[in-house]
Amino acid sequence: MRNLRWLAALPFIGILIGPFFLNRVEPFVLGLPLLLAWLVFCVIGTSVVMALIYRADPENRASGDPR
Amino acid sequence: MSVALAIVAAGFALAIGLGLYARLGREMGLEQWTVGGRGFGTALVFLLMAGEIYTTFTFLGGSGIAYGKGGPAYYILCYLTLAYVTSYWLLPPVWRYAKQHGLYTQPDFFARKYGSPALGMLVASVGLVALVPYLVLQLKGLGIIVSTASYGAISSTAAVWIGAAALTAYVVVSGVHGSAWTAVIKDTTILALVIFLGIYLPLHYYGSYDGLFRAIEAAKPGFLALPERGQSPVWFSTTVLLTALGGYMWPHTFASLYTAREPGAFRRNAVLLPVYQLINLFVFMIGFTAVLQVPGLAGSEVDLSLFKLSLASFPPWFIGLIGATGVLTALVPGSMILIAGVTLVANNLVRPMRPGMDDAATARLCKILVPVLALVCVGFTLSGGDTIVQLLLMGYNFVTQLFPCFIASLLPRNPVSRPAAAAGIVAGVATVAATVLSGFSLSKLPILGPLQDVNVGVAALVVNLAVTAAVARLTRADTASQAQVA
Repeated sequence: MRNLRWLAALPFIGILIGPFFLNRVEPFVLGLPLLLAWLVFCVIGTSVVMALIYRADPENRASGDPR
Repeated sequence: MSVALAIVAAGFALAIGLGLYARLGREMGLEQWTVGGRGFGTALVFLLMAGEIYTTFTFLGGSGIAYGKGGPAYYILCYLTLAYVTSYWLLPPVWRYAKQHGLYTQPDFFARKYGSPALGMLVASVGLVALVPYLVLQLKGLGIIVSTASYGAISSTAAVWIGAAALTAYVVVSGVHGSAWTAVIKDTTILALVIFLGIYLPLHYYGSYDGLFRAIEAAKPGFLALPERGQSPVWFSTTVLLTALGGYMWPHTFASLYTAREPGAFRRNAVLLPVYQLINLFVFMIGFTAVLQVPGLAGSEVDLSLFKLSLASFPPWFIGLIGATGVLTALVPGSMILIAGVTLVANNLVRPMRPGMDDAATARLCKILVPVLALVCVGFTLSGGDTIVQLLLMGYNFVTQLFPCFIASLLPRNPVSRPAAAAGIVAGVATVAATVLSGFSLSKLPILGPLQDVNVGVAALVVNLAVTAAVARLTRADTASQAQVA
């Protein structure tokens, strides 16, 4: 699943383009202003995306490093 | 009063003690001193790289920006996130190349890739100009923290001297090993402290985050989003992109990646570091709580918002704890910057001029230069005019100018020639310096419309790319015709 790495474009789209559409304080999401909530979601999403890429990346199995 | 001071002093002692302890059982050659013998595991590399996130800037400045600017502060959360995404693919090849060729510094990489020590000297100069204000900022923060936490018993001048002396001592003795071990303590304490403050303060004053944000929205509508003009979404987007590109171009960050034992460490860190950054969220909460509780701070005073709020909320021993943590947040990046700075001078400015110089001599020169560079920075900190603020503004845009020829050098067939790389860097840096020094901003050009808010660093990067491309073209034609003659 080499193609999974294209998911890495998502954080860029979310963080660089998102604020143009979600630049608002209300509604509050989980107590956070909308824009902040969106950016936090993007940051968490980035870790998820990178974890998927990491798991699918043959480099991380082939090298067989102990740690 | 003396309780706070005693705790700050204990923090100092702990940092120095650990720094010195880190050296035990090691012969401090150049490779051990600068890049930890390339033997750090995932955890230590993680902390060194995360050390970037939690500097005095985040601690005081992050809450300060949230307090002073509101929504635009969110960029702090974003740019490193994007830098980490790119790091997954960029860092492993750099690490492999560095290991293969025994590189110690960032300019080494450029010099080797482009086969030109002169380009290395150029990169070293750019890095040094960007690093000095960064270190000055850490020392300034240290001064503020210690003088506030001691309730004025220690002047900020005295604190700067003590801090610089401590840095010098443990950097000379332990090199990057000292930074790594202090980073362990630093990240643990700041994590605990920031999470505690970020939860306790809003709940104490407002009952819930929801209450906090509703109160701010009622008092200052729109403060928690980006403004229509100025620091608008256009500004946000371009600034995040620029700083993300520049994120790994800082000499000390670049050098910290050489410390890894194996390249998988970077790929694992690219997964973990984005969420780790959410700690910044708690820093914002502290700043936002201060907005309505300690109103009226203006100018550079906003950086004191965390402290002012804490002084109003906690007993002295707790202020001491904050002070001690603040000291650690200044010492870790401070020591890494100091190491990177002196290695740039010794290895990339002096060594190319003196062909006979070996690693041992370079290591000796590094250690002699540590107190010199520390003194220069103390000088700037204490005399500190506006120049230093301007230099700092330029710093990030300066290092970003290294990105185009860095990226090009990783391509299988590098399209950028040696003179093109140098010309691009010079043109980009000159554009940055010219715009900052002349106070030019795109907002003076109304025809641009919303594009007025584009970060001016983008302009410099465009100039850089144009010059690089033009010179690359010319020199390619040149070498082609030479090849025909030969």
